[in-house]
Amino acid sequence: MATVTLDMVSKVYPGGVTAVKDVSFDIADGAFCVLVGPSGCGKSTLLRMVAGLEAITAGAVSIGDRVVNDLGPAERDIAMVFQNYALYPHMKVYDNMAYGLRNRGMAKADIDRKVREAAQILELGALLDRKPKALSGGQRQRVAMGRAIVRDPQVFLFDEPLSNLDAKLRGQMRVEIKALQRKLGVTSIYVTHDQLEAMTLADQLVVVNAGRVEQIGAPLDIYDKPASTFVAAFIGAPPMNLLPATMGGAVPAAAATIGFRPEDVEIGHAGEGLQFTAEALAIEPVGAESFIHCRIGDATATLRTHGRSMVAPGETIRFVAPHGRLHWFGGDGKRL
Amino acid sequence: MIGAGRWRSILSHAILMAGVAVIVFPVYLAFVASTHESSAFLSGVAPLWPGSHMAENYALLLDEGISTSGSPPLAPMLLNSLAMALMIAIGKIVISILSAYAIVFFRFPFRLTAFWAIFLTLMLPVEVRIIPTFKVVADLGLLNSYAGLSIPLIASATATFLFRQFFLTIPDELVEAARVDGAGPIRFFIDILLPLSRTNTAALFVILFIYGWNQYLWPLLITTETKYYTIVMGIKRMAAVADADPQWNLVMAAVILAALPPVLVIVFMQGLFVRGLVETEK
Repeated sequence: MATVTLDMVSKVYPGGVTAVKDVSFDIADGAFCVLVGPSGCGKSTLLRMVAGLEAITAGAVSIGDRVVNDLGPAERDIAMVFQNYALYPHMKVYDNMAYGLRNRGMAKADIDRKVREAAQILELGALLDRKPKALSGGQRQRVAMGRAIVRDPQVFLFDEPLSNLDAKLRGQMRVEIKALQRKLGVTSIYVTHDQLEAMTLADQLVVVNAGRVEQIGAPLDIYDKPASTFVAAFIGAPPMNLLPATMGGAVPAAAATIGFRPEDVEIGHAGEGLQFTAEALAIEPVGAESFIHCRIGDATATLRTHGRSMVAPGETIRFVAPHGRLHWFGGDGKRL
Repeated sequence: MIGAGRWRSILSHAILMAGVAVIVFPVYLAFVASTHESSAFLSGVAPLWPGSHMAENYALLLDEGISTSGSPPLAPMLLNSLAMALMIAIGKIVISILSAYAIVFFRFPFRLTAFWAIFLTLMLPVEVRIIPTFKVVADLGLLNSYAGLSIPLIASATATFLFRQFFLTIPDELVEAARVDGAGPIRFFIDILLPLSRTNTAALFVILFIYGWNQYLWPLLITTETKYYTIVMGIKRMAAVADADPQWNLVMAAVILAALPPVLVIVFMQGLFVRGLVETEK
């Protein structure tokens, strides 16, 4: 187990495309760090640079006290779980997990012990003699995890490991991964574009946009105080409502955008705060809550209300966004 | 069949059976011819039913050959053909799987140039380059040798190309997983790539074995000693005799014997062969 440090890391592809630019952050020993961002933002490139699958153009990556820039993936003492699992199709589950250990020249008895231990943790015991083809998506995912666990690595790397699973299984595996990581206490880096996964898994959340780090922090801190309009719109579902500042009453001088979360408004009340009048466009009842999509002038916003909504499309609604719950962003998109 | 009527089923079966008959009938005729005396053909009408001389015709061919037409016994010729076909098939597979491995998985200067150079040679079959190749082989002193029979035919653009196409379907993630697992280039090749290409290799082996077995022109050119004769060219020598009637019964027996090994290869490797051609999902 180790800390991971990225120091001014950049990646420029041959041809001049900059995928990652001057990224620096530390991950504490045993922490679960999630890199989240839209597709193509460079989060996978970052992970692959930590893994050693991608050359580092500038800066330094350290695992523990070692700068690993020039080490191959096998020498970095990491284990990686891939999006498509990347199991060896011709090998049985047992051999899939044992392969990396064999390449390290570990004794047969030790390999056997480790594989069986991991199989027990992941409840794969009955499947050890199967080929990957005979496994379900969730089982393959477990084998991929098992292959990572048996190596006792310093760092786990996850590259969107759940995106090929159906929604229900994804939720289940998410809980399992989190529990497993807690239990093993291995420093982990997890890449996802799913903000729900990011919020629920992370000890430390890194929001990446266009090759740069947009914000780093605990998930709820980021949720409560997004550093930019990008983060505000990316974290949270449905995302934060962002309206031109001209719609507000008492606006800070430099503000260009007002933001408020869908759940922070009070519909139909005339309390303290910014008052809005809107036209309801569509209602989405989800059961325990309902989302009201509405139009305010030229902009649109989404409001969340508990239980069923009494509003019908086309109706005019009034709501209040309390002052304490407002977010202000400057013209450059940064939080004020 | 989708919405198939009874008649469509009957019709398609009839067409298939007709196709089988067209292909099988000449083979049957050859077999029938190989079971008669040579005098049975003098009338110019080929017999349609098997005769009674099968055992003696085949025994004569395998042991002694037809010395009058300068044709050695068949058994050593069959062995020569087998040796040549195996060397060509295995050699081609080894060379092409290695070159495809280099082209697909390694970044080196002129990688694409190398690929296109290999690909271009597809357009140069043996016959086109036969004179220069003969000259080279002769200068190297390889006339009348197994090396001379097989080596010039070993380089194969087709097989390289096929392996390349297959290697391209292997997901990058699998290669990366192997790197994380500490498999170097040679380990990766042996532990992962070779087992994955098993069915493709088998399919290619069948095709290349038959290609090697059927070589006619090349062995004809570079062998002058009877002990290096191969079966396919041997048949020609039996049929084209001077100042005598060809002994069609024996020629046909030789044809049947020459056709057997490729058939056996296909029969025994059919399962892998079909999977190698059909299977796409890895």
